[in-house]
Amino acid sequence: MTSSFSRTATRRIFLKGAGLVALIGLGNAVLHAPPALAAANDDKYPEDAFKQKNTSDAIKALYGRDHEASDKIKLDAPEIAENGGVVPISVTTTLPNVTSIAFIVAENPSALAASYKIPEGTVPAVANRLKMAKTSNVIALVEAGGKLYSATKEVKVTVGGCGG
Amino acid sequence: MAASIRVRAILNGDTAEVQTLIQHPMDTGLVKDAKGELIPAHYIQQLSFVHKDKTVFLAHWGTAVSKDPYVKFSFKGAAKGDELKVSWVDNKGATDNLTATVQ
Repeated sequence: MTSSFSRTATRRIFLKGAGLVALIGLGNAVLHAPPALAAANDDKYPEDAFKQKNTSDAIKALYGRDHEASDKIKLDAPEIAENGGVVPISVTTTLPNVTSIAFIVAENPSALAASYKIPEGTVPAVANRLKMAKTSNVIALVEAGGKLYSATKEVKVTVGGCGG
Repeated sequence: MAASIRVRAILNGDTAEVQTLIQHPMDTGLVKDAKGELIPAHYIQQLSFVHKDKTVFLAHWGTAVSKDPYVKFSFKGAAKGDELKVSWVDNKGATDNLTATVQ
């Protein structure tokens, strides 16, 4: 039951979004450009960090350093998520020299959800949608000027996002 | 083929706001199907955006990113008509790419 509910809801939300961009998407020329992965070779997929079960191990594997809370990070997430399969979460920060942003869902089977490289010239703000297995703290990590900062918010989940 | 990617890059001043939707199951490997068998993990691991040979945004994803992922970011130094190359690769080695135009 849980599973089918969450799937339908996800699909609905996706279709809504797809409708918005579909028109523009159709106008795009489809070029067979080589995958841009070559440019990103020095930013290898952090396999190990994504395998870690708990928050501190994941942060250690990804950054190898401690983080401190910062009021210059604004983590935007719902108080209550009705559908843990699709929880809109975004972060913005006024910290200078941001190099990466990562999201952690503490109570998920694997804590690390997503990690984003922010090269110079890219605005230090990311919005995405994450799955949450149950009520949990969501932690946004911001690496700036060689230091690691964080903001935490609890999101209550009424229907978990792992297919029940 | 680039049917899995939908990108909208809108210019505001010299900053382009990029919204992306990708069709992908993002299976966690923890969910069972109707027969009670585990659906193997199948998820996008890396998503990159390249503007004028420079990677302007690089995402590394785990299984906790929602099915049919959405992501939004902005970068500076864009102009109308610029190309933005988007590509992803998943844990099974499948890949897709698309060249979007900043508008």
